[in-house]
Amino acid sequence: MRNFAAILEREVKSYFLSPLAYVVIFFFLAVSGIFFYLILSNFVEMSLRATMQAQMYRMMPPKLNVNMMAIRPMLHNMALFALFFLPLVTMKLYAEEKKTGTIELLMTSPVTDSQVLLGKYTAAVVLYTVMLALTFVYMIFLFIYGQPELGPILSGYLGLFLLGGAYLAFGLFFSSLTENQIIAAASTFAFILLFWAIGWVSGFVSASVGRVLEYFSLIEHFDDFAKGVIDTKHIVFYLSFIFMGLFLTYISIQSARWRGAK
Amino acid sequence: MIEVKHLSRNFGAVQAIQDISFEVQKGEIVGFLGPNGAGKTTTMRILTGYIPATSGTAKVAGFDVQEESLEVRKRIGYMPENPPVYADMTVDQYLDFVAKIKGVDGKVRKKKVDEAMEKVGITDVRKRLIKHLSKGYRQRVGLAQALVHDPEVLILDEPTIGLDPKQIREVRTLIKGLAGQHTVILSTHILPEVSMTCQRVIIINKGKVVAEDTPDNLTARLAGNERLVMEVEGPADTVTQTLQAVPGVQNISVDRANGDGRVQLTVESSAGTDLRKELARTVVNNGWGLLELRPVEMSLEDVFLHLVTEEEEVAN
Repeated sequence: MRNFAAILEREVKSYFLSPLAYVVIFFFLAVSGIFFYLILSNFVEMSLRATMQAQMYRMMPPKLNVNMMAIRPMLHNMALFALFFLPLVTMKLYAEEKKTGTIELLMTSPVTDSQVLLGKYTAAVVLYTVMLALTFVYMIFLFIYGQPELGPILSGYLGLFLLGGAYLAFGLFFSSLTENQIIAAASTFAFILLFWAIGWVSGFVSASVGRVLEYFSLIEHFDDFAKGVIDTKHIVFYLSFIFMGLFLTYISIQSARWRGAK
Repeated sequence: MIEVKHLSRNFGAVQAIQDISFEVQKGEIVGFLGPNGAGKTTTMRILTGYIPATSGTAKVAGFDVQEESLEVRKRIGYMPENPPVYADMTVDQYLDFVAKIKGVDGKVRKKKVDEAMEKVGITDVRKRLIKHLSKGYRQRVGLAQALVHDPEVLILDEPTIGLDPKQIREVRTLIKGLAGQHTVILSTHILPEVSMTCQRVIIINKGKVVAEDTPDNLTARLAGNERLVMEVEGPADTVTQTLQAVPGVQNISVDRANGDGRVQLTVESSAGTDLRKELARTVVNNGWGLLELRPVEMSLEDVFLHLVTEEEEVAN
């Protein structure tokens, strides 16, 4: 436990003492902010138009659902932005240590490979949590000017957290395969994008294959969270995805040891 | 303290080390001497648990490096060839982190870190970022990292590489001072370094142990003469006498003088001389037949010579 905490502490400090954390958080917030603005203005315009129409026909002005029309697309957008930014968070975790040789210190110290792995992964999760928490500010604006439902927002954030956790687990894996951070980030991005879009081909293949592919799609499982539904099958899916990523990382580190590669 | 038996390690088709065996007693300072690529680093990496061996066993403080790796790692301080330092940390933070993962207790950690910095003389840069330190200082931070948890065994891979002459002297003195309380294995390709710091030398070449002795004994063996083997067709006595008269020849011994008119000789001359031309000319001028003339294979000396030539470039 102490070893895990020491690794975690060092990684978190290393994020926040270097510009990396601030740059990633800044751009994530900036891009999310712009889209939040666009979605919200669109929503405002729509409700304005609906109110005007209602007045024309002397009807009650309709109440548009802000959860469905603004928050849900916003959550989906954030899931996409996380796909762009999270590979940048994980790319250095192993690759940099391999490049500078510090991995030799970790691997010859009385800490197990899994303690190192979990420490690094948790550090990335901490950074991601900070990123997500800061976007919650946008939601607070909605509460000031409207009456959104809190439940679906929270379930959406839980979904984002799990989805991002899956990105990070595989980011860690790809970082453990190379000493080049660019390669680590690019392969993470490509891999996650593949698992993101895998469900889209379901229309072109037979129904049974399509259902399987859809099941593997990272984003399909997110939809229910965004709607406000917390289903254990989605939680299990994300957790197994995370476990798979971490397990592969462990295997990759062990194999590097045996091969004597860095 | 350290017991290595028949250790081998392959990287694909390359045999980095083959059947290496040696022992190191408690409190001893042992030097691994060998040219670059001899297998020193591989041996050290196996001892520290960084990579497993292909075959053979190694024990540190009674624990098997493979089976009880964590126990071994607790007792080892290891400095790889490139100091494993995090550039974005200060010296203070870095050593504190290393002490933590080496299992140093929270209460004594600050004291241990201070001691380690004191020992290697980096207290004055403790608040500096490691990326702003010179190579020599980084090397010393690497050494402090190996010392911070007061390990029983220290494994130092080329500890003086990249240092200036003054720092080299300081580090050598420091290592000498560790004898007794710590068991030290250090690797180097510099001959005088072992004679200055080590009590025993293990010479490794092409993945094999070629010699193991005290530095003094090895130096004595190094001072030995050049030897040539000759086979000449001619009368044994006359040949011997004539060749003895060739300038530079110190000693001639007859290995074999068959009745068929051939004689086999070993000719000794002082180190660094090559008499082959003179000997051949003498034989031919006398009308005898020169059947063979070759230097005696001296693998140990070869290794040494290699090391000595490299050392001349860095000698101060």
